[in-house]
Amino acid sequence: MENLQLVSSAKTPEVLFDAENGKLLLKGRSIPENSIEFYKPLYDWVDSYAGQPKSETTIEVMLEYFNTSSSKCLLDLFKKLERLNGGASAVAVHWYFEEDDEDMAEAGEDYQAIIKLPFKMIEVNEI
Amino acid sequence: MALTNIYSLYRTMEEENVLLSFKGIVTADLLTTVLNIMENKMHSLQESPKKQKKVFNVLVECLQNLYHHVDNEVYNLNESRDLLERKSAIILIVKETEQFIIRTGNYIDNHKVDDLKLRLDKINSLDKDELKDYYQASLNSSTVSAKGTAGLGMIDIARKSGNKLDFEFLKVNEETSFFCLNVKID
Repeated sequence: MENLQLVSSAKTPEVLFDAENGKLLLKGRSIPENSIEFYKPLYDWVDSYAGQPKSETTIEVMLEYFNTSSSKCLLDLFKKLERLNGGASAVAVHWYFEEDDEDMAEAGEDYQAIIKLPFKMIEVNEI
Repeated sequence: MALTNIYSLYRTMEEENVLLSFKGIVTADLLTTVLNIMENKMHSLQESPKKQKKVFNVLVECLQNLYHHVDNEVYNLNESRDLLERKSAIILIVKETEQFIIRTGNYIDNHKVDDLKLRLDKINSLDKDELKDYYQASLNSSTVSAKGTAGLGMIDIARKSGNKLDFEFLKVNEETSFFCLNVKID
């Protein structure tokens, strides 16, 4: 299966979805006006990955900013991974936030409250 | 407008500590530019990274509200002046000693005023923890519209700014009002 690789832009994050290693990375900013257009290919990739997943899947969320349009799309992405979890793959979320960035830490807690996946909160100096 | 009025406009903005202002139609390119300018300005003002992030976050939501609120269709210059005016908005970003203030104004159809007012009053009635619960519930139940909006913008603005939303609707005529929003970020 092909990896999904997108370079970051002023309003969209870097994406590296690596099927071989079961590692999904989102890094940077996600503030597009219409996030559905951006997230649609990510959903499609996860759907086809779900047909032949690795025994362990980790999504690394290293976002500096995201807007509310993206927040809903992220939730939908987590929901897809939630459905994948426990069957053919054990899915974990690594949620990164910069020190002092309470808003990003809280955003991670928001998803943790909604999504039944193990979350690891990771504080770093800089994303 | 008399030639020298530009000076009084300038003085007013100077006295009000306006960092950046814009009046016109809010496009995606404009958003990118405004965000870019504000990031550089905050950096040169040596604001704490925490403050920079908060302002940036709230600004994104305020600007995208304006962007989505006006008709998204590509406007063309053949449209009547009235129609173009109704699609335009005003943005002021103000720096007080300890606070940033984002002020926006845009036209809204009168029949949408009650709904928006109800939503804003509800948001303002909630404390920090209640806002968190309300955001989570809204996030989980919302669907993204074709425009890409999730109906979470105002809740997010209230939550991140840490202040009540200051707003007013001015009735312009039988169809339209002007929606004024003032967001203070500590």
